[in-house]
Amino acid sequence: MNARRINWPIWAGFLLSLIAFLSYFFVFVWFPVTRDFPWANLLLFALAAALLLVGVRRALATDRSSDPSSTLGVDRPHPTGSKIVAAILATLSVAIFGLFIFATFIIARRLPISHSAPQISQKAPDFTLSDTNGKSVSLSELLASPVNGNAPKGVLLVFYRGYW
Amino acid sequence: MAKFEGVGIRPVAISVDTPEVSRDLREKAGYTFTFLSDPKAEVIRRYDLLHAGAGTDGQDIARPAEFLLDSAGTVRWVNLTENYWVRARPEQILEVAKTLR
Repeated sequence: MNARRINWPIWAGFLLSLIAFLSYFFVFVWFPVTRDFPWANLLLFALAAALLLVGVRRALATDRSSDPSSTLGVDRPHPTGSKIVAAILATLSVAIFGLFIFATFIIARRLPISHSAPQISQKAPDFTLSDTNGKSVSLSELLASPVNGNAPKGVLLVFYRGYW
Repeated sequence: MAKFEGVGIRPVAISVDTPEVSRDLREKAGYTFTFLSDPKAEVIRRYDLLHAGAGTDGQDIARPAEFLLDSAGTVRWVNLTENYWVRARPEQILEVAKTLR
């Protein structure tokens, strides 16, 4: 009915903060440049914050602009309603931002310290484990059997979380 | 990962996943290098890499870690990330791999 009554900056800001949150885990985490420090997401959050700020100001301003029209009694906006929507969306966006910081900076850093993990110039403890065919393979075998027809120069052990 | 084999380095992936789960993952991802299963986290524990209760259902799993060993089995480079989203970049490892004989 009246485009001015839709507070688009607040909705855009809210959507952008959702995108800023999700894009890290689905997009930016695949590229080391945007993964090691989530600057791309923080930039999106900053943009979202700017939009939200504009939106909140707009919602608060509705009050004043509605005063003359209310005296005329036509097309009276719902200042209280739009203020509530703005407040809810802004709060949710802040919560999304908080969750993002929590997930990327706090939860992700709760890792064991691994004091006794093998260190540089130490010998890696030998072990025997099953490969994907259920065959037992030892570290010493991995260090000895050829890679591309030559004796291996080394072995790269990659421990990963699993259960994906 | 083929780059590593190109410079004579054998990549080996280790997790608590069973051989079946690792096989699926390996095939889906199109990897050809060795995947080893440590379902009881014995080796993971011996390497002090256990992240107790951190699996999706509270299982004990490995924290992400990478070790580059020379042909004698001596650790030449290690990466124990402080943030599980942040992993070693292959280029870093390839740099060190070049110094191995």
